[in-house]
Amino acid sequence: MDLINAIILLLNYIFVPALAYGSQLALGAIFVTLIYGILRFANFATGDMMSFGTMFVILFTWYLQSYGINFGVLPTALLAIPFAIIFMVSYMLIIDKFVFKYYRTNKSPPVQLAMVSIGVMFVTQAVVRIIIGPSDRRFFDGEKFLIKAGEFKEMTGLNEGLAIKSTQVITIIVTLILVSTLFWFLNKTKTGKSMRAYSDNEDLALLSGIDPKKIVMTTWVIAGILATIGGTLYGLDKSFKPFTYFNNMLPIFAAAIVGGIGNPFGAFLGGYVIAFSEILLTYAYKKFFMYILPESMEPDGLIQLLSTDYKFAVSFSILVIVLLYRPSGIFKGKVL
Amino acid sequence: MRKNLNVIAAYSIMMGLIILVGIFQSWNIALSIFNLCLISAVMTMGANIQWGYAGLINFGIMGFTALGGLAAVLISVNPVQEAWSAGGANILLSLFLIIGIVLAVRFVLKKYQKTKIRNYVIAAIIISGIIIIRLVSEPGIEAIEEVNPARTGFLGGLGLPIIFSWIVGAFFAGGLAFVIGKVALGLRADYLAIATLLISEIVIAIIKHEDWLTRGVKNVIGLKRPAPYEVNLQQTDWFINLVEKFNSGKLALISDITERQAALNQFVIEGSSIFVKLCYSGLFLVVVIILLILTQKALYSPWGRMMRAIRDNEEAANAMGKNVVKQHLLIFVLGSAIVGIAGAMLVTQDGLFTPGSYRPLRYTFLIWVMVIVGGSGNNFGAILGGFVVWFLWIEAAPIGLYLVNLTTAGLEDTHFLKVHLIESVPYFRFLMMGIGLLLIMRYRPKGILPEKIEIK
Repeated sequence: MDLINAIILLLNYIFVPALAYGSQLALGAIFVTLIYGILRFANFATGDMMSFGTMFVILFTWYLQSYGINFGVLPTALLAIPFAIIFMVSYMLIIDKFVFKYYRTNKSPPVQLAMVSIGVMFVTQAVVRIIIGPSDRRFFDGEKFLIKAGEFKEMTGLNEGLAIKSTQVITIIVTLILVSTLFWFLNKTKTGKSMRAYSDNEDLALLSGIDPKKIVMTTWVIAGILATIGGTLYGLDKSFKPFTYFNNMLPIFAAAIVGGIGNPFGAFLGGYVIAFSEILLTYAYKKFFMYILPESMEPDGLIQLLSTDYKFAVSFSILVIVLLYRPSGIFKGKVL
Repeated sequence: MRKNLNVIAAYSIMMGLIILVGIFQSWNIALSIFNLCLISAVMTMGANIQWGYAGLINFGIMGFTALGGLAAVLISVNPVQEAWSAGGANILLSLFLIIGIVLAVRFVLKKYQKTKIRNYVIAAIIISGIIIIRLVSEPGIEAIEEVNPARTGFLGGLGLPIIFSWIVGAFFAGGLAFVIGKVALGLRADYLAIATLLISEIVIAIIKHEDWLTRGVKNVIGLKRPAPYEVNLQQTDWFINLVEKFNSGKLALISDITERQAALNQFVIEGSSIFVKLCYSGLFLVVVIILLILTQKALYSPWGRMMRAIRDNEEAANAMGKNVVKQHLLIFVLGSAIVGIAGAMLVTQDGLFTPGSYRPLRYTFLIWVMVIVGGSGNNFGAILGGFVVWFLWIEAAPIGLYLVNLTTAGLEDTHFLKVHLIESVPYFRFLMMGIGLLLIMRYRPKGILPEKIEIK
């Protein structure tokens, strides 16, 4: 019985939250990796682009709610996502046309494009803050819990409750659907294959008649979808605040590089690697050991490897270690 | 002379703008803008010698700035004796343990061949070392943080004049840069950018949460000053006489003696804060000029030529027998040390150390905007960038407010759009920075004052 309690404890505090957080990171990381692989620059505007998409979702959610439209037990935001994606994608295409295209056609070094993306970051951040303001916003509605801790305890008669938030389940399911569609698209369709070819060897791809304009456009469309949905899922699960989104850029970069930048599957797994290590290393295991060890050996301290203040630092340290020993990432991305 | 005409023109316009602020807003605001411009100029010089001279991207400026600030605290605050007796021994022991671990790892690395077993041994040394350090330091840290937590709760510093911290801050930042450079400089440019950005976040996390060292988010306030205090100035005779002399024209117009005394008091209060700011300006100006002379000398020396050669063609320089790795490390350390000086100067000027205020947008990306806008590779350009961008950063809100009022003049004051726009005026600075950066990158990629290579 104690063992089951211990497992439920870990599930409740580590596994489920890490899985949800990892999914959110994974979407962002695939976004970074696609831009890096195909457009060939590190996009420092990642976090702000995600907050830009989420902002539209919130605005549409409010609009729908003002007409009394909702999605039953699911959050209204899910209905708003398609509309927001349209705006997000057009914003990205506009930015590409007026900003990035010039440097791409001039074959500027990646560093210059990264600098330009900092300019885009500033502008996007300003636009988001001017339109929706810098404050914390919650836009979740519908049923909050799938399983409540109390109900679970009653149902099973265990000491430990397992609470599963509906946003966590939505996050995981949506991520799985989105990512599998993306991989199907990249591996099976003609456009997807030409995208991979372009990423692999630009000159060869151009020689075989692949239209670079189409590739770039498709990349931005996919990136827009990923950014909007990733940002919305994060906002539903936690809350929407432009500054937090900007900061999320850092673990997202970490996930993309740990997984091997330029490799979407690596980025997907990298998100989970980062999320799990952040939570595993900063969780206080005292209660867990109280269950599995006999009473005489009960620990005094919290048995916490690192204090929760260092949550971010964990992912960055992993990244630094990976960069030093395997710069191409765990799953071999672009060789540097 | 003719060659430098654009430099002189650009700087005169900049000084003119600051003087205009002094005339139309107040001299206090103008001087605080000027002081922060000078500090920004030091930071941009640091970033410029890394990026402009050597082509290294350092997105960790925030971390080096914070280390400089930490130096200011550790040098100037008086030591907290109780805390030292409560937990000092544990902390010192942990320090020795850290040194021991580093030496042990180095020993293993040097002595044995590269095998899997060696990696495991190193990992084992580090992990067991961390566990031992935690066990040793934890009681010490708890004891230190319990000493009068509302006022101290940390070890304090050395109690020396804060000016020394400018040099110590440079050493701190340079030391960190040496470690980062040793491990990360081999990475490709954009990876180096990401790595340094993340490392600087780690530095901030440590400074924020190690309360025994820095008081963390509880902040350290009331640091010593290299300049006199306003309150003291307001009571010294020579200062009052000075203010009286300055404002004698205005004072002569007031006939009533009590009114004149009141007016004089007002002038003294205003004058004292301006005088203090002028003291800082003088100190900062000395630093900027010394650094400018040194960096200019370096730029046109054989060493500077070699750096440019390495930047423009690493392989060719390498083939000519230049040690690229060593030079990159050297310049990374030098640039970061300069940023460290700026960090210490910043804390000196503010008189307080607030770890929570270090954010990448303000201390990393804004500095980069300064370097790019000003002109990378050109010291005068970098300094000008610091001035222009900081000036706009501060004055963006008034300019934005003016623009909003102008464009929405037709709307009523209570119209929701106008109210909303006026509320979001502070964010126009981001818009301005972003658009400015994009325009400069597109139409004048070398900055306002581009780099010029002249053979002397």
